[in-house]
Amino acid sequence: MTSSVRIIVRLEVKGPNLVKGLCFDGFRVLGHPETFASIYDDDGADEFLYVDTVASLYQRSPQFDVIRRIAAKTTVPLTVAGGIRSIEDIHSVLRAGADKVAINTAALATPDFLKVASGRFGSQCIAVSIEAHQNSNGQYECWTNFGRQKSGVDVFEWAERVVNLGAGEIIVSAVHNDGLGVGFDVELTRRIATASPVPVVASCGAGSPEHFRDVIVKGKADAVAAAAIFHYQAAKPVDRMWMSYDGAQLRNGDPADSGNIEFLNCGYGGIRELDVKPTSVGDVKRYLAAHGLPVRISADAVRIQACP
Amino acid sequence: MIAAALVIVDDGMGNLFNLQRAFERLDIEAKVATDPGQVERAGAIVLPGVGAFDTAIHTLRDCGLVPVIRRAAVSGIPVLGICLGMQLLATESNEGGNFPGLDLIPGAVRRLRSPDEQTSNFKVPQMGWNEIYSDVDASRGDTILDEIPDETKFYFLHSYVVDLENRSDLLARCRYGRDEFPAVVQRENVFGCQFHPERSGAMGLKLLRNFAALIKRKDIR
Repeated sequence: MTSSVRIIVRLEVKGPNLVKGLCFDGFRVLGHPETFASIYDDDGADEFLYVDTVASLYQRSPQFDVIRRIAAKTTVPLTVAGGIRSIEDIHSVLRAGADKVAINTAALATPDFLKVASGRFGSQCIAVSIEAHQNSNGQYECWTNFGRQKSGVDVFEWAERVVNLGAGEIIVSAVHNDGLGVGFDVELTRRIATASPVPVVASCGAGSPEHFRDVIVKGKADAVAAAAIFHYQAAKPVDRMWMSYDGAQLRNGDPADSGNIEFLNCGYGGIRELDVKPTSVGDVKRYLAAHGLPVRISADAVRIQACP
Repeated sequence: MIAAALVIVDDGMGNLFNLQRAFERLDIEAKVATDPGQVERAGAIVLPGVGAFDTAIHTLRDCGLVPVIRRAAVSGIPVLGICLGMQLLATESNEGGNFPGLDLIPGAVRRLRSPDEQTSNFKVPQMGWNEIYSDVDASRGDTILDEIPDETKFYFLHSYVVDLENRSDLLARCRYGRDEFPAVVQRENVFGCQFHPERSGAMGLKLLRNFAALIKRKDIR
């Protein structure tokens, strides 16, 4: 009767690696995105959101080979975000295996790009990604270049405008909650989702299955995207139940390490502890189904074993 | 490999990689083509589609593919339209004007009904997994829904739907908000599905395998 609430796995990528940071910063390398994606596909993920964390900032083209590898390992839709600047970019990522694209930085720079893109590929193919940051006086401002730059644009005004420009979906990332596991920004999501005629995806902050329920029931989210809660489950070392980094050998993917690897254990920017309770995609969906929410429970999904 | 070449018509827009990859997983050779000669020789034709109806039908016309696809369909070659590809099979569309389609399945394309007050949580486009309600016996053995249980969820990504002229062309329906529309259609050897089987997990692959099985049967004949 109703479309199921989509549970989307967010794959933030830097170069060939899957990374996860805090508040869009301090990336920790977790392994290869296609290895993680394959686990989530088996576990019943409804969709993937691929985010290139540096393409916009460095004015780089999307990484077609990485997109291709993820698409090849998955059987559900893939949205590609990060560095989409032209019709040619959209064309190329669709060819590489994307089913939709999400645009942020280029849309804020040139709003008409959304009109041209949706006219060409249809609204269903063009999502707008909003990096919403709540500043100290409570206002929400759009950020660009994966949380690197402020735009001065009000989030709610922009959310209304992008629909008129042809966006078929709005992905709302609460930058201030990213990676912390403190829960979604329910109020932010609710304000956009209740005003929007197109689907709204809530993202950033998931720390437990209850958080998904909150943002669906109270935040009226049409879909929910999460990263850390799933990655820290899938990346758990095979011989122990907790997540810690103690060597270059990660569970998923070859040794593929670079960047900040210390902050998860040692604290970061004054944050000493994360509230993320690692959980599998299947367990989140079973929790939601048990609470009467419409989710797709895949018949062929296999449970991920944390410690096989 | 199944010998008969399955041809995916390249509309210059879509996510053909995923469709091709889906057939690859099933060990079915699928070629991507825009050349009318290649489409003419196809053992089966898949018509994908992303984007606006008028752009897509113009692309097909400009490539000289409209008569080729019509001839193939009339001669009994299995044709499968996916999403916009299914809408292209209809008689006409009112998306952004009024445009004639391939007219292989009598019907008209219209926009999804927008939600009313009671169903305000239904957004357009429909984006996501939704059940289909079958109007045929899944064990009949000759449709693309064989062995796909009723109320299986598939991935929909669309703002427009097809209103059929003949109820007999309907294989399965989908409900969204206050709207009900065809999810799977069949008129003899011409099939259409409004959802994306190539991105609908195992059951989506099953549907594509069922379609490929119809080609095989045709080859033996």
